[in-house]
Amino acid sequence: MLSSLLLVLLIGAAAWAGAQAGFYLLLGAVLPYSAVLVFIAGLVRRMIYWAGSPVPFTIPVTGGQEESLGFIRQAKTDCPSGASGVWARMFFEVAFFRSLFRNTSAEIQEDCLLTKGPRSIYSSSKWLWAFALLFHYSILLVFLRHFRFFMEPTPSCIRFLESLDGIMELGSPRFFLSAGLMLAALFFLLGRRFFNERLRYISLPGDYFPLLLLIGIAGTGICLRYFDKADTTAIKVFIMSLTHFAPVSPQGLSPLFFTHLALVCALLLYFPFSKLTHMVGIFFSPTRNAPNNSRRVRRVNPWNPPDQYFTYAEYEDLYREAMAEAGLPLEKQPDGT
Amino acid sequence: MYNARPVLAGIAIVAVLFSAPFWVGRLGRDYKDAGIVPPKDEKNCIEDTELMRSRHMQLLNEWRDEALRGENRSYTAADGRIWTVSLQNTCLSCHANYREFCERCHEASSVYPYCWTCHVIPVEIKK
Repeated sequence: MLSSLLLVLLIGAAAWAGAQAGFYLLLGAVLPYSAVLVFIAGLVRRMIYWAGSPVPFTIPVTGGQEESLGFIRQAKTDCPSGASGVWARMFFEVAFFRSLFRNTSAEIQEDCLLTKGPRSIYSSSKWLWAFALLFHYSILLVFLRHFRFFMEPTPSCIRFLESLDGIMELGSPRFFLSAGLMLAALFFLLGRRFFNERLRYISLPGDYFPLLLLIGIAGTGICLRYFDKADTTAIKVFIMSLTHFAPVSPQGLSPLFFTHLALVCALLLYFPFSKLTHMVGIFFSPTRNAPNNSRRVRRVNPWNPPDQYFTYAEYEDLYREAMAEAGLPLEKQPDGT
Repeated sequence: MYNARPVLAGIAIVAVLFSAPFWVGRLGRDYKDAGIVPPKDEKNCIEDTELMRSRHMQLLNEWRDEALRGENRSYTAADGRIWTVSLQNTCLSCHANYREFCERCHEASSVYPYCWTCHVIPVEIKK
């Protein structure tokens, strides 16, 4: 935890100092370009790697009744037997985190009146699902809102999203709800790793680092908008020059902007090598993308050795002499008799 | 590679989606300069230019609250000058050209302030 925090702070401080010292080429061009390249190439490499793993059988992890006799109603999205059901299940998984919705918590009740002793209790636990969903939709909205820096003129759909996001008309510049909600959700996701002992025990730097990095990104982004007040027009000129592959000198942009940018680049560089690849990994999950048709469709293990057959004719050829001696019936008599 | 067709489709989607910042910009115009035209006859705004550029929205918000809720219509700037708190009579007396001033940055940064739900956009007075 502490090492992750220090790493995030170090990246931020290095970017700040770099911007102050004038390493604009590194921070403003080399880093963003290489980060995007590593991000896309890394994800593609991951996908090819995963696609190379054979899935020789279907894994019927189901959340409902499988297809059975006609009068037993099948749970078509929770236990699909065909392609359309799999699409529906994948859609609900990606859009609403359906399997996380079934998350349960296990607790031990020390003095149970019924058992006269400790007893384990399982109950529905929706907190993780709610905050995970909140975080993912917030970051999606934040990502889409940033397209105002990539496009001229800003398309009306982005404007619509912004008006929706700032619908409370709080303050000026208008407060975007997604920013606050994203930060709140991130703090919840971090907090549950602190305050749940079992979770804290299994948490690794790979769990803390992305959370702290995202908190850093959201925090610097909020500061740029409400407190340190970045010059958005100058930033747009710079970003547009970057995406048109003719970067202009970003001199005069605030160091905090470069901190924000460097943290985003760190996220992009880290992404393909971390647990964050669940973004593409979810589509490769056999428990989500395979229909439960294990009895109807024959699957052959691709690494099985080629089948070796020993036919009766070959058997008789091999043991003909011995069989004739023992007086067994033969389809073909031994030669010379 | 197993299930080559859906996997290749997925790779294409990832590549197209996440390279979007680099190609969506080409669908529209390039953006090189805000091109705002500051008022000609006045050199200084009520506060320092840097401050006005970064904090005018906050100042206007404060002005609205001061004038309408606090009934205080005088504002003392950092250099001691005293201004009447009024968008229509103070700000727009110099920044009279909406198309060449406000809109230049606001359109590009996709900022749509709600000044004009009560006030009249200055260009429309001239017409």
